[in-house]
Amino acid sequence: MFDYAPAPESRSIVTIEPTYGLFIDGQFSDGKGTFKTINPASEEVLAEVAMAAPEDVDRAVAAARRAFGPWSALPGAERAKYLFRIARIIQERSRELAVLESLDNGKPIKESRDVDLPLVAAHFFYYAGWADKLAYAGFGPDPKPLGVAGQVIPWNFPLLMLAWKIAPALAAGNTVVLKPAETTPLSALFFADVCRQADLPPGVVNIITGAGDTGRYLVEHPDVDKVAFTGSTEVGRQIARSVAGTGKKLTLELGGKAANIVFDDAPIDQAVEGIVNGIFFNQGHVCCAGSRLLVQESLFEELLTSLKRRMATLRVGDPLDKNTDIGAINSAAQLARITELSEIGSSEGAERWSPPCELPDRGFWFAPTIFTGVTQAHRIAREEIFGPVLSVLTFRTPEEAIEKANNTPYGLSAGIWTEKGSRILAVADQLRAGVVWANTFNKFDPTSPFGGYKESGYGREGGRHGLEAYLA
Amino acid sequence: MTATATSTGTLRALLHGLPGVDKVGVEARAAALGTRSVKTTAKAKAIDLAIRMVDLTTLEGADTPGKVRALSAKALRPDPADPGCPSVAAVCVYPSMVPTAAAVLAGSGVHVASVATAFPSGQAPLDVKLADTRDAVAAGADEIDMVISRGAFLAGDYAKVFDEIVAVKEACGAAHLKVILETGELGTYDNVRRASWLAMLAGADFIKTSTGKVPVAATLPVTLIMLEAVRDFRAEHGRQVGVKPAGGIRTTKDAIKYLVLINETVGDDWLSPDWFRFGASSLLNDLLMQHTKLTTGHYAGPDYFTLD
Repeated sequence: MFDYAPAPESRSIVTIEPTYGLFIDGQFSDGKGTFKTINPASEEVLAEVAMAAPEDVDRAVAAARRAFGPWSALPGAERAKYLFRIARIIQERSRELAVLESLDNGKPIKESRDVDLPLVAAHFFYYAGWADKLAYAGFGPDPKPLGVAGQVIPWNFPLLMLAWKIAPALAAGNTVVLKPAETTPLSALFFADVCRQADLPPGVVNIITGAGDTGRYLVEHPDVDKVAFTGSTEVGRQIARSVAGTGKKLTLELGGKAANIVFDDAPIDQAVEGIVNGIFFNQGHVCCAGSRLLVQESLFEELLTSLKRRMATLRVGDPLDKNTDIGAINSAAQLARITELSEIGSSEGAERWSPPCELPDRGFWFAPTIFTGVTQAHRIAREEIFGPVLSVLTFRTPEEAIEKANNTPYGLSAGIWTEKGSRILAVADQLRAGVVWANTFNKFDPTSPFGGYKESGYGREGGRHGLEAYLA
Repeated sequence: MTATATSTGTLRALLHGLPGVDKVGVEARAAALGTRSVKTTAKAKAIDLAIRMVDLTTLEGADTPGKVRALSAKALRPDPADPGCPSVAAVCVYPSMVPTAAAVLAGSGVHVASVATAFPSGQAPLDVKLADTRDAVAAGADEIDMVISRGAFLAGDYAKVFDEIVAVKEACGAAHLKVILETGELGTYDNVRRASWLAMLAGADFIKTSTGKVPVAATLPVTLIMLEAVRDFRAEHGRQVGVKPAGGIRTTKDAIKYLVLINETVGDDWLSPDWFRFGASSLLNDLLMQHTKLTTGHYAGPDYFTLD
């Protein structure tokens, strides 16, 4: 192999302030205390961020409430102007944002640069287009915004999840209070600056930072009309309980344990790419990751050989290096969970394999890993690992593949690999998953609704369907 | 497979039994590998390797002995100002120009490649193609770039294509045979994979994308499929076959993308002029310019590099 020389993206193109306040009513203000956000690839502290106390959440919700009247009264075309402006600013500043996202999250720069940021801008452009066409979206002749949306987002795609939440909310005429994840607040705080640059009226977007308690206080706030949450199924359940009976509208986008089904007539080289992309994209920190590989037995050996060969070329390391394929695990806590579940996989008798790869000394790292000899009875086939760990199972017939794919409490996504078009349609029809990809995986587009069955949540984000959650 | 088991039915079963190629997937993979960032020391190594992999080519009706002599001299010493600059792999010319090239290159280690078999269309009777091949070898070519009969391939007459390759390989004697698939005329990626296997089964030493005479020549996805084919063929038959993208590769940036494809698909074993070539003419000067830029820190104008 010829070694690629280090090709680091410059981190100096983005300015990180030593401290950040809460973005409420168009101003940054202090909270009660602070917490540190670190670079998971080096454990270096990037900034100190304000911790929002209940009274800060009250201020944010009150600001959003004050802004709601004028904002919702604007003609849709005027709201669209702000959203288009935000989209353009994001494009113009995408290099800064990509570096910031990789620093705070640990994901490789090629992903933040080529996947996250283009999708973020596309989401704002897409929903900007809807803002003056809501009467034609299929929700009645004069759909109304709900009011103040309380939004809590995860750490795996910090800015993209923000876009998924804020773009449709604003297009529909709502105002928002958004809490980014504790470990990845920086791109949301950068976005606050984008809002100011776009002259967005104060209070339309408020960003409050903090931990789980801040999020809980926000979703339970009596003056919040709509709650949107993306994160773990466990927290989703708590939110559903707390929101029950309050009249708040709720959408939940939770965990997954997606089956990626490879039939023996699959295009093998592309299927291998799809498997790799399905589980190792974003270090496997993807709720719709293809974490259960179901391979037809007659293809098993051949596919496994190809997969291992391909995995040996994955480049794990510095997220800012443009040639890095797999970056850092987002936090020590997440690394501990991945490590624990992997050990359980081994102790339950599955065979573990990782390619030889050198992991950096500092930071949180986990080598790309596959388990073979996994059955439906293994915990690693049932529980969401949310890391670069793939469980490989086999099946004999299409019926068996469908049964196994559906035999999970989750139902967010699934993949089908076959050259036979009729089989794609027949199998997709029977899979209980919100998204089914055929001969591809982890493809996202703002025009396409995304969401789950069963414990993967309810409601849809993206597309025309994504507006429904923000209209009455 | 041996040359005796070559009915069209057997070949069809084999070629159509190969795994399919998903167009969207292969193009996405090739594009993703195209974003690799190869800089500084890695770039210097890549440029050096790419120069050594060039089949410096002139295939024009207007070729003359004078032009071919000049090209051959350039092949030996691509950059007269830089004694450290390696020679290219081969000079590729029409059969009538082989003696001229061979006279300049004799004993230098730079190979003499000749197109043959009614290049570029391949539309001639077999005996004409074989005579073409034998003449080129007799005149001093040690590499033959043949074209397959795309008409026969697209008509499903795999045995005819197979038999022609076998016959030309025999006519080559000790000369290496590169089989041009003319992928721009094959229509689908599935056909690229099938034609690659067909050529390898029939005895090709190299498989080559294009003549350079049709609008679509070498592309990254096509080369990726051919690399996967030589990798899988070696795993199954134990014989290594080389790959030569040709036509339309003009810049260092492009060439490095191909090297990245090799690096991450088939690896070290193909990262050598013995197993990978660029069929190109203008590429060489861009490689030289970048080579100079890396050593001196600044770009020299085109007049600092020889025309041919």
